[in-house]
Order: sequence, then structure tokens, then C-alpha cells
Amino acid sequence: MRIVVCIKQVPDTAEVRINPETNTLIRDGVPSIINPYDLHALEAGLQIKEKAGGSVTVLTMGPPQAELALRESLSLGVDSAILLSDRAFAGSDTWATAYALAKAIEHIGADIIICGKQAIDGDTAQVGPEIAEFLDIPHIAYVRKIDEIGEKSMVVQRLMDDGYDVVESSLPVLLTVVRELNSPRMPSLKGKMAAKKAEIRKLTAVDIGAEENNLGLKGSPTQVRNIFAPEARKDRTMLEGTMEEQINSLAKGLAELKCL
Amino acid sequence: MFIRVNKEKCTGCETCVMSCPYDAIAMKEGKAAITELCQMCRACISVCPEGAILEIEEESDKKEKGQGRGVWVFAEQRDNTIANVSFELIGAGRRLAEMLGTDISAVLFGATESHADELIKWGADRVYLCTDELVKNFNDEPYSRLLSDLITEHRPEIVLAGATPIGRSFIPRVAARLKTGLTADCTALEVDVETKNLLQVRPAFGGNIMATIVCPHTRPQMATVRPRVMKRGEYDAARKGEIVKVSAANIQSRTRVIDSVKEVSEAAINLQEANIIVAGGRGVGGDKGFALLHELAEALGGSIGASRAAVDEGWIPYRHQVGQTGKTVSPKIYFACGISGAVQHLVGMQSSDIIIAINKNAEAPIFNVATYGIVGDVFEVLPLLTKKIKEVKGL
Repeated sequence: MRIVVCIKQVPDTAEVRINPETNTLIRDGVPSIINPYDLHALEAGLQIKEKAGGSVTVLTMGPPQAELALRESLSLGVDSAILLSDRAFAGSDTWATAYALAKAIEHIGADIIICGKQAIDGDTAQVGPEIAEFLDIPHIAYVRKIDEIGEKSMVVQRLMDDGYDVVESSLPVLLTVVRELNSPRMPSLKGKMAAKKAEIRKLTAVDIGAEENNLGLKGSPTQVRNIFAPEARKDRTMLEGTMEEQINSLAKGLAELKCL
Repeated sequence: MFIRVNKEKCTGCETCVMSCPYDAIAMKEGKAAITELCQMCRACISVCPEGAILEIEEESDKKEKGQGRGVWVFAEQRDNTIANVSFELIGAGRRLAEMLGTDISAVLFGATESHADELIKWGADRVYLCTDELVKNFNDEPYSRLLSDLITEHRPEIVLAGATPIGRSFIPRVAARLKTGLTADCTALEVDVETKNLLQVRPAFGGNIMATIVCPHTRPQMATVRPRVMKRGEYDAARKGEIVKVSAANIQSRTRVIDSVKEVSEAAINLQEANIIVAGGRGVGGDKGFALLHELAEALGGSIGASRAAVDEGWIPYRHQVGQTGKTVSPKIYFACGISGAVQHLVGMQSSDIIIAINKNAEAPIFNVATYGIVGDVFEVLPLLTKKIKEVKGL
């Protein structure tokens, strides 16, 4: 089984703060991490390999420093790592990102592709399903459990708002996974040592045979027009008085708004 | 299009460097320079005190758009019930259609004509209805294929869908297939009067900042919209519309839904549909505290929510989690009890109509988004509040 796990190096958005005076993001000292959902994707890949045999390749598209995320993946026991990096990819939206990743996957070959359900910086959840469409293979999103892995098909549980669906798919298939699927392992000391020395394969736009017009800003149908700070609430009332008085004014306020 | 710095005007003040959320401005020889990390967000243009940063349009920016017409809404159903978000989208879509001087159609898979009729009464001018067995249950491949084919045939200007597990799973395939832009999880939609482009507003950077996204050169412009953010339109039982039957006869699927299992927890039927949510965080302290939350929720007829901190502590299952890594909710009333208000939580609930924050710490960021704030211990406040609510409701 050829398993490819796509990961993204992201700023730890929980650490990002806004400068209230300038309305801009404070990025200083914000650490880069592997997108938390992708850790579950890596764990899923490793577990499938342990059960069904084969190899796990980790793939990321990003600037040269994304190599760190790949080394961290290698320390978990992933067999090989590929960095898809090229200035031509800069400014890619989800469409152009998915296109480039799909071309890379085509280049390396895969039976099962696993992604985290979304990245915590963009939160779009679009790149996984878009990769599947570019590769013309099925995908199953929000996988919370893997029931069966066969030679030519697999059965998984897909998390829905009201429960879950049991879905069967032919292979190759792309899965996007949620946290409930597993608990990611910690790197071993041996893994860490090996990861330091491991070779990381680098691919460029030319290597994967990507069409230039589909890459980066040029290949991105969407553009960010502007960014702005979320508006603070203007109608806030901090209640005062004894606790009983506060509760009374709250009940009164809610009654006036026809909420009770 | 690209951004350029006029080196003669640049004084090297670095204001733009600070303003750039993408870290895409470097200082070279005392002047600002835009690097390849630039995402064209234009934040720097407005902050430059010298007016030295310019937006340059290229020839290739003037590509021809397809001749799109009409606003479309994907109306999702599950178990023969149309999701609420579908009616909200018709309300939002109708407003956009009026601004653009066009009409609005809904696309409905796996339901019946009476469902289609319901969509018309809620404001759709036309419903494309597929009643084939293949699309009865949600399945990504047939859904994305059928919707793509319909879009290719009828060329709508705008396509909206709910940012639900269904919409977020198959709509990206449609956008990939049609080579057009898709903006996820929009919280507001407007039309640029000049260009007629759809302005799609969504939280970015984990909800730390809002971004307006446009899709200027390709059609349709596609967006998924968070449930409970848009308002429903007017229901008119007399409204007439057209129902167009479509067939999925030529569509294959490589995935098959074997079973659909419902997992409904006691209080939270479905957080996203709840009118009132009583949510607890670290300040609730554990099971005893959550019992107080349950009492209040029961008195109000509400559901229970939680912050990531409370879920991580194991006080309540993940399905109750509200926030960036949990559910996005927008109830009429949201009680945030002992929740400090980390950004990760705020993005999941700040579009609630009324937010009541109860926290010991008067400086907690949750009070910034609150309609009503009570500084106090949840163990003191909640029992009093529950008692009062019961009194008012005559329970």
C-alpha cells in the first residue's frame, strides 16, 4: 500500500494576537507547528501501514523552512519525505495549492492519500477534496474511524452533524481525518536521530510537470481584497450591583429583547 | 495584479512592515520591498503615510468572465428534511439576486416536489430537482458531478452552499472541476456595486482577523456560508415558481454509503440548530459545575456547549465543543460560563445574537464580545440565574 500523507506547516494561531491600536496581527514569536489535524493524518497513515504493509510518504508544499515539519514527521516513523517548494507556488489559494499537490501525488503515486480535515490558519477544509477531484479519485471527508482496509477498497466512518455515515470506497482514495480517529504518537529518540539525518526529496514545479498558469497567484481564482479587524460589540452592558440585582437586570433585559 | 513600492516616496518608516499579516515586506537598503509571500491583501496600501505603495494592474487581469446569470443555492437535505441553512441561503441569495438584477434558483437532490415547493415559498424562483435514488443520501461523487454538470449547462453567476459537513465536503470538488474560486465559511456576503463582484467575508488566521475575498475572473463565484449567520427571507404561501426536473442517469459513483447511524446526545440535539446554548469552560471546574449548567439549560430549553479547555479536561464529550476546532454556532442566546474567551472559542460563537458572559476575571476577553457581562463565580451566579428564569417562565 502506497500511503501519502499531506501536511501543512502553520503558525500556531492560538498564539496570534491583534495589536488593538494598529488592528494588525502580532506575529513576533509565534511558533510554526505541524497543523494539529495533520498529526492525526500521519498517525492514520502509520497505523494503516502497520496493518496492511507498504510505505508512508509525507508531502508538504511550502517554503524551504517547511522542512522542519517534514523532519518532525520523519521522527514519528514515516518512511520518506517530500518538500514541494518553488517560488512559482507563492500566493496560491486552495485551488492552486490542490492542483500542485495533486500533480506531485501523480508524480510519486499513491493508493491512499490522507489529509487533516482542515488547517488551523485557513480553516477552509477545501484542499483535500480538491486534490481528489484533480486526481479523479473518490474522497471521504471527516473520517472518524477506519473499519476495513482491503486490497481494492476500504470502509470508514464519516462524521456528520447528527451521527456518522459508514462509507465504502474503491482505492485509490483520499481521506480527510478528524481528531476522534486516533491519538497521535510521540516521536521516539531513535526516530528523532534518524530524522535528523534522513534525506528530504525536493520537488519543483518543473519536476511535477505543472502548468505554469495554474500555479501561485496566477493560478488562483480567489484573491484577498482586504483584511480588517473583527468589530467589537458596541451594545455591551456590564451589569452592576449585588448579584441578585444583576440577575434581575439580566432577566429584564432578556425579557425586553423577547428572549424569555 | 501586484503590489509595488515607489522607492522614491518610501521613507523607510517600516509602518507597512508592521501592517503585513503575511510577513511579505522586507527592508532592503532602507526601503520597503514586497516579497513573494505577498497575498495581495492591500493592508499596506492604506497604512503607508507617504502613499508610496501602489497596486499595479496587469493586462492578464482583464480576462473575460463567462456570461453568468442568476444566483444559485444548494439546498441540502438529510433524511427528507431540508437543512435550515438552505432557507437562510435563499434569504441571502435573494438579496444578492435583487442587487444584481437577476433571479434565484435552488438545487435540491434526493427530495420531493413538495420540498421543492417549500423552497419556492421561502423565496426561490426556480428549483432544479433530482429525485433519483442515487442522490437520496449524501454521496460526494454523484453530488459533485451532478451539480457541476448543472452549473456548466446553466452558468449561474453565484453558487452558495451551507458550510456543513455536506457542503464543505463536496462543494470543493465542484470548484476544482469548474476551475473557479471557492470561499469557505463566509459570514457576510455583499456585492461590489462597481464590478458586480461578490464580496465574501470570512474569518482568517484562526479568526484573528477578517478577510474579504473576491473571485474576479472566473465564474461562478462560489461560497460556503456558516449556518445561522444569514437571515431567512419572507415566507409567502402564494409564491409561485418553476420546478425543473433533472436526472442523474449517467453518473457513476465509486463510493457507497452503507449505513447512516444517528448519535444524539441527551441535551445537545444538534448544537448548530439550538436557539439557546449554555456553554462552560475551565472556570466551571468539573462535573459539579456542569450539573449547574445542565439545570440552567433545562430551564431555558437550551443545549450544552463547551470550550476546548473543558473538553480537554474530559468534563464533557467533544461533540459539545464550540470554537475553531469544534462547532460554529450562532444561537439567539449564548451563555459563556467560566470561559475566558480565547480567540479559538470566539470564532465559534461570536455571531450569536446575544452573548451573556459570566466570569470571575473582569479582564477576560469574553467580555469584549458580550451583550451582558456578569463578573462573578459561576457557582454563585448559575443557581440564582436558574431560579430567576424558572420564576419568569413560571416553572
